[in-house]
Amino acid sequence: MNILTLVRQVPDAEARVKINAQQVDLDGATLVIDGMDEYGVEEALRLRESGAPVEQIIALAIGPKRNEDALRTALAMGVDRAIHVETDEKFDAVTLSRVVAQVAQAENASLILVGGQEADWDSQALGAASAERLGWPQLTWTNELKLDGETLTGRHDVDDGNESFRATLPVVVTTQQGLNEPRYPTLPNIMKAKKKELRKDDPAGYGLSSKVRTVNAEIQTRARLNRMIDGKDAQAAAQQLLDLLRNEAKVIA
Amino acid sequence: MILIVAEHTAGKLAKATLEMVTAARESGREGPITLLVLGQNIAAVANEAAAVADQVLVADMPELATYNAEVWAAATTQIAQEGEAHTVIIGGSRSGREYAPRVAVKLDAAYLEDATKLSSNGAALQAQRYTFLARVTETVDADGLVVVTVKPGSFAPAPPAAAAGEQYDVELSLPAARVEVTGKSVEKSSRVALTEADVIVTGGRGVGSPENFSRYVEALADNLGAGVGATRAVVDAGWRPYAEQVGQTGKTVQPKAYIALGVSGAVQHLSGMGKSKNIIAINKDAEAPIFKVADYGIVGDINEIVPALIEASRK
Ligand SMILES: Cc1cc2nc3c(=O)[nH]c(=O)nc-3n(C[C@H](O)[C@H](O)[C@H](O)COP(=O)(O)OP(=O)(O)OC[C@H]3O[C@@H](n4cnc5c(N)ncnc54)[C@H](O)[C@@H]3O)c2cc1C
Repeated sequence: MNILTLVRQVPDAEARVKINAQQVDLDGATLVIDGMDEYGVEEALRLRESGAPVEQIIALAIGPKRNEDALRTALAMGVDRAIHVETDEKFDAVTLSRVVAQVAQAENASLILVGGQEADWDSQALGAASAERLGWPQLTWTNELKLDGETLTGRHDVDDGNESFRATLPVVVTTQQGLNEPRYPTLPNIMKAKKKELRKDDPAGYGLSSKVRTVNAEIQTRARLNRMIDGKDAQAAAQQLLDLLRNEAKVIA
Repeated sequence: MILIVAEHTAGKLAKATLEMVTAARESGREGPITLLVLGQNIAAVANEAAAVADQVLVADMPELATYNAEVWAAATTQIAQEGEAHTVIIGGSRSGREYAPRVAVKLDAAYLEDATKLSSNGAALQAQRYTFLARVTETVDADGLVVVTVKPGSFAPAPPAAAAGEQYDVELSLPAARVEVTGKSVEKSSRVALTEADVIVTGGRGVGSPENFSRYVEALADNLGAGVGATRAVVDAGWRPYAEQVGQTGKTVQPKAYIALGVSGAVQHLSGMGKSKNIIAINKDAEAPIFKVADYGIVGDINEIVPALIEASRK
């Protein structure tokens, strides 16, 4: 079987995000492989290491040039080869799922791993939309995974707690914290990764056209009161805070 | 028609459903507001739904006894097609954001995810949503058939409509669920659900220990009738269940008051609670980033301030 893992290169959580001409401008921001996707790359490697009959692990990125770095990270972690559908045009997750589905079919993948929520779009849609296009079931917010033949078992979070599940491949799985601790690429593996295939694919072949337009983007910070209460006298501070919450903010009875 | 898929638990309509009704009313989209109630033995929920909607479609079937993404997507799509809905609104819960993209693909519709505001601009439906770990607010729009998920806590719950809506039973032909649930653990809490709470008390690592967490965070929450939240550091340390985690990889909350005890205010945490109406922080480090977003702050030791707060709030 082949596993497809999706990766994106996104701003580091601490990176400053700028707006330019009403759009997000990542120029100068520190960029990293999306942590949520990294869990998926790691899990693919672990499934193979645990003895599942995994032939190829292929990393796929769709988007601007910067995603090459995410693919290099995945290759250095141990995936076999990478595909980059390079485009500067902005597509929403449901549109991008067209590429995922077509690549999954072309590469004969029967398991797709993708981060539960990407740190650039704050979207959870890519896994589900890809699953629907392929006619596959999906398991989201997975934090435990085992593969025995074609049978996938594990646990994932649901609205009111968590569930253990069983499903038969092919499946789309979305990954998150708790699933594993992603490995650091070692220097020898980083060197080796340079020789691995990173194929560029023409986006034109995938029939993409976004139905969602971005009208503008802004950094909206809510003005905060920043009222500081002196904490030296605990009793007085507690009383003052409660008074403010009751009478000024009116948030407690 | 505007189709809303009702969210309900334990035989009661969720607050999120009332929020979606407001979102529909504010969207500027035309046509009757239709609530679709999926489930089994849901007559009581349907009655509650009728109070706020123009009409209620009730699919009361054993196949809908438990949620499944593929089944929910199929049900919603069938009704949207039969009713010629131009707008489908689904809750921004974990499950809602899981099956809504499938509905968008099935309907070949645009998908506006996790909207915090909705309005119409000519033929286009405009939505605001947060991106980049909630540091950016983007406005997006789409024409024609649109599937929208609505972020919990972003719209006021709708008051009852002037007249109760008509109820209709619907029959659906549904696919079999392909994911088999082999076990379930419900992280039950005797307290209000985080996404429904007006007040949340959250503890971070600064609380010191699991025992202190109960003694301080839970006790204060109980006095205030509040929900209990936790940071990832606390969840990773095994002090609290993941269900209580607030942040990028936990829950997003927008209560009227968010009281953060011993929480540093890392970006990943802020992305889950930064839109709360009032933020109250207690931290011994005056430089902690949480103070930058706080409305009220006390620089002080949890071990001194919180017992005083618990004592004072008991009166
Ligand atoms: C991919 C990713 C996803 C993440 N998702 C989340 C998420 O969803 N939610 C989340 O919360 N975090 C998340 N994190 C982790 C986040 O970066 C922080 O590590 C975490 O929020 C810190 O938790 P904390 O504030 O409890 O602990 P700390 O950072 O250790 O802060 C403890 C605070 O308590 C104060 N303190 C200590 N003792 C006392 C005392 N006696 N009295 C008063 N104050 C005291 C300290 O001054 C300090 O500010 C994520 C990280 C990554 C990389």
